[in-house]
Amino acid sequence: MDFKDYYQVMGVARDATEPQIKQAYRRLARKYHPDVSKEKDAEARFKELGEAYEVLKSPEKRAAYDQLGTGPRPGESFKPPPDWGAGFEFSGAGPQPGADAGADYSDFFESLFGGAARGARRGTRQTGGFDQGHGEDHHAKVLLDLDAALRGGSRQMTLRLPEVDAEGHLVFRERTLNVQIPKGIQAGQTIRLAGQGAPAPAGGTGGDLYIEVEFQPHPLYRVDGRDLYLELPVAPWEAALGASVQTPTPGGSVDLKIPAGSHAGTKLRLRSRGLPATVPGDLYVVLQIALPPAVDDKSKDAYRAMAQALPFNPRATLGV
Amino acid sequence: MKSEIPGLWSGEIFEERTELGVDELCRLCSVDRTTIVQFVEEGVLSVAEADPTGWRFQGGALRRARVAVRLQKDLELNLPGVALALELLEELDRLRSQLGVLRR
Repeated sequence: MDFKDYYQVMGVARDATEPQIKQAYRRLARKYHPDVSKEKDAEARFKELGEAYEVLKSPEKRAAYDQLGTGPRPGESFKPPPDWGAGFEFSGAGPQPGADAGADYSDFFESLFGGAARGARRGTRQTGGFDQGHGEDHHAKVLLDLDAALRGGSRQMTLRLPEVDAEGHLVFRERTLNVQIPKGIQAGQTIRLAGQGAPAPAGGTGGDLYIEVEFQPHPLYRVDGRDLYLELPVAPWEAALGASVQTPTPGGSVDLKIPAGSHAGTKLRLRSRGLPATVPGDLYVVLQIALPPAVDDKSKDAYRAMAQALPFNPRATLGV
Repeated sequence: MKSEIPGLWSGEIFEERTELGVDELCRLCSVDRTTIVQFVEEGVLSVAEADPTGWRFQGGALRRARVAVRLQKDLELNLPGVALALELLEELDRLRSQLGVLRR
């Protein structure tokens, strides 16, 4: 088991005062809160932080933790001393920060303070207090490819769900489900699978499973709500003279009419070609002018002829 | 522990439902009615429909309420703070998604 340096996690000195510890927690909690932070490891950091604060804010737990010293040398594994915890009373304040159904303590924390049993009790209370006849609902987040929302279809997903075992310990169970993705689901929306949460209490109904969806970046399309954006490169003469060009859309490629006199950034709307829904989103095609490279005499001559023929100052708006 | 569940599960998009009652919302967020009432009073949640049997929320209220509960608990924010944070977070999401469209 790895030793956790809670002082290091919170970025405070070993002799930090209670107000300093509280202040450090507040600052870091705002930084790493999974609902606020976009840092990659925010969730893990936030859990670690909650655990560190749980120990350091309580004078008893902190004193007991300090007794362990600075832990084993790097690479050595940690084991709590046999007389661990003697003379300390840990009951009372339960875990608070990040205490969702599955407050997830490290093995290190649990070997010292036995967090699992407490988590389990909390889990039970959560169900009991609100609806006696309904099993606990489970919540999970998945990262989907955009094609799943565009075309529907099934995706296999592995979820880590908290569960209380026969001895009342909180354990995490990995569950792999094959889920039919509802066509047109948007980022931030939730798929509800009725009855796929915790089993039903006697005479009641099973809990539901709520899966919140986010999308992986797509190679072609950017998503904004139910609208999609595609950058479409066109040749200068296609933009200037107008043209009909092949454009990919989620439903297959189409012939798109580029109006004469288009420029870089011209936005063309393809109605209802965005994410499918009752009110489907639109596909916005944003034009980009791609310049043919001047690599040989022929192409250089073409550019020279254009320079001769066109009295064009691209910097006219800059006053030069 | 690992378990493979064969078969294909299909569900509904929760946000497309409009029939989310107060009790269901309470259960899904593990909070009591008072909290939901306070959320409504502070403008954190808006009631889609009020009839004699009670309030009805849009499905999207679920995510908002759950984030609000977590912010309140984890960051010890008061209600106006939660409401402000939610508005700013949503604005940030909008801006990020627009930035994603512009970037490349």
